[in-house]
Amino acid sequence: MTAPTTSAAPTGGSGRVARSSPALPGPLRLGLARSAAELRAFFRERDAVIFIFTYPVIMLAIFASVFDGQDQGTDGYGVPFAQYFLPGMVATGVMLTSFQSLAISIAVERDDGTLKRLRSTPLPATAYFYGKVGLVLATALVQTALLLALAAIAFDVPMPWTMPDGAGRVATFAWVFVLGCAAGAVCGVAFSSIPRSGRSATAVVTPVVLVLQFISGVFFAFFALPSWMQSVASVFPLRWMAQGMRSVFLPEQAAALEPSGSWQHGATAAVLVAWLVVGLVVGARTFRWRRRDDG
Amino acid sequence: MTTTRGGPAAAPAPPTRLTTERRAAAVEVCGLRKAYGTKQAVDGLDLRVERGEIFAVLGPNGAGKTTTVEILEGFRRRDAGEVRVLGEDPQSAGRAWRARLGVVLQDSRDQSELTVAELVRHFAGFYPAPRDPDEVVDAVGLRAKAGTRTRQLSGGQRRRLDVALGIVGRPELLFLDEPTTGFDPQARRSFWELVLSLRDGGTTIVLTTHYLDEAAHLADRVAVVRDGRVVALDAPDRLGGVAARRPVVRWLDGGTWRCERTDSPTALVTSLVASGAGTDGEVPGLEVTRPSLEDVYLDLIDGGAATPSIAPGTLAEEARP
Repeated sequence: MTAPTTSAAPTGGSGRVARSSPALPGPLRLGLARSAAELRAFFRERDAVIFIFTYPVIMLAIFASVFDGQDQGTDGYGVPFAQYFLPGMVATGVMLTSFQSLAISIAVERDDGTLKRLRSTPLPATAYFYGKVGLVLATALVQTALLLALAAIAFDVPMPWTMPDGAGRVATFAWVFVLGCAAGAVCGVAFSSIPRSGRSATAVVTPVVLVLQFISGVFFAFFALPSWMQSVASVFPLRWMAQGMRSVFLPEQAAALEPSGSWQHGATAAVLVAWLVVGLVVGARTFRWRRRDDG
Repeated sequence: MTTTRGGPAAAPAPPTRLTTERRAAAVEVCGLRKAYGTKQAVDGLDLRVERGEIFAVLGPNGAGKTTTVEILEGFRRRDAGEVRVLGEDPQSAGRAWRARLGVVLQDSRDQSELTVAELVRHFAGFYPAPRDPDEVVDAVGLRAKAGTRTRQLSGGQRRRLDVALGIVGRPELLFLDEPTTGFDPQARRSFWELVLSLRDGGTTIVLTTHYLDEAAHLADRVAVVRDGRVVALDAPDRLGGVAARRPVVRWLDGGTWRCERTDSPTALVTSLVASGAGTDGEVPGLEVTRPSLEDVYLDLIDGGAATPSIAPGTLAEEARP
C-alpha cells in the first residue's frame, strides 16, 4: 500500500469557486458518458459477455442442427426449421439483453451501493437510465448481428433484405427491435425492485425469462402450442416480439401459420407500447436508489 | 459523578432558530427527529457546522450518527425539525446543490471493472468544476494503482478510492462517514494529512468516526451524540467542560485505594505527604492523571461514572472531606 503523497493534495482553490463556475453538464452528455462507461465495464466482464452473446447463438446452433431437414408447418406448408427458429431467438436475445440483464444488474447495483454512490453525485437519474439504454441497444445489436451471421452462413437462412419487400421487412425489424428493447428495458428497471438482494437477483429473474421462452413460441413453434398457453403468452411482450420477428424473417405465406392467420403488426405494436408505458409508470414509482433494508 | 457532565450549554456556538440566523453556516440543524417504527433514532438533535471547520460526530453504534448524516446528505427524509445544508433543504435540493457536496459513505461494496483512473475521471465528468482526476488519484495515494481495476483493490485502497470519488467534484462540504476503517496506522496518518490539507483549502468537513484519536487529531469541534441527541459539543480538548477534565489523584491508604478529583492536585498531594506518607516519605501508589478524550467521551455516552480505571478488586471511591 502506498502512502498518499500529501504534498500533492489538491488544495488549489477553495470549494467556493464552484458557485460561480460553469453550468452542470447536461443529462444527454452525461448519458453518453454513462453509456461509454457501462459498455467498457460490460465488455471487461468476460463471463457475462460470453453468456449474453453466446446463449442465443448456441441455442440456434443446437436446435437448427438437431432438427436439420425438418420443416415447421401444417397442412402441407412449412418453412425450414432454422428459418422458423431464428426470429424467436432474435426476440429472445432482445429480451435477455434488455429485460434480464437490466433487472439483474440494477438489483446488484442497488445492493452493492453503486446506486447510492451515484445518488450522492449531481448525476441526474435520466443520465443513469440513458446509460443503461445505450448499453442495451449496443449489446442487443451485437448479439443480433452474431445470430444473423450464424444463421446465414451455417444454416442458409435467407436474410430479410434479400427477400420480397426487403425494405419493408427491415423497417418492421427496426421498430420491433427498438420497441422490444425499450419495453424490455423499462420492465427490467421495474422488475429490479423485486429481488430482495443482488445475490438472489439471477435466481428470481431467470425463471421468468425461461418460462416466457417456452410459452411464447421460441423453443416450440407457436402454432403447435395449446390455445390456452397461446392466450397466456399473448399477455406478455415476448410472444409479440417473436411474431413480429417472424414477419421479418419468414415468407409472406407463413402468416397462415399464426393463430390469427396474419402478422398482426397493429396488435404487436399495441402490446409492446402498453408494456412500455406500464414499465415506465411502475419503474418510475418503484425505483429506489437504496436497498430496502437501508431505511 | 454526574456533576462532571458537560451539557449542550458548553458549546461555543449553540444552535439558534434557523429563521433568525443571518450568518451562513455550512450545516444548520434544529430539532431534528427521525423514527424507524417505534425506535426514535434521532430525537431533537441540534447542530451547527461553521464553514471551513472539521466537525466530528462521535457516538456509540445506534446513537443516530449515520441517520443524521444521511439526512444531511439528502438520502433520508426527516420526521421533524429544520435542516439547512449549504443554505438549502436537503429534501428538496437539486443537482446544483449535490455538485457542491462530497459524500464518502460508510459501507461501499460496489466494485467495477473500470480502473481507478477511469472511475475517478468518469465521476469528475459529473461536476461543473472538478479537480484534476490525476491529481486526486495522487492525493489519495493511489498513483501506483491508477491502472488497476477497482475490483482488485484491497479494502484500504478501496476506501481511498471512495475518498477520491468524494472530493473530485471540488466540494464545499465533505461528509466522511468512518473513512479510515480498515486502514493500517501509516495509511491513517497519511489520510489525516489529506483531510487537513482539504480543510486548509477551504473545504468544510463533517466526519463521523469511532476513533477518538482521529477526532482529537483532526476535529476543530466534536459533537457527542447519544440516544439521538447531542450531549456535548466543543473543541476536543475542552469537551465535557472543565469539570470533566479535573485531574484525578489516587493513592493507597492502609491497603485501600482512594481516589479524588480536584482542581488543585498539588495541594492535595502536599497534604497527603504531610499526613499519610510512609516512613520513607512516599505516598503509596500515588498517581495523578488527567482524563483523556476517551475518558471524557465514555463518561458522556455512559451518562454515569467515568472514573479512570481503578485497581480491580478494591473499588473504594471516597471523596475526602
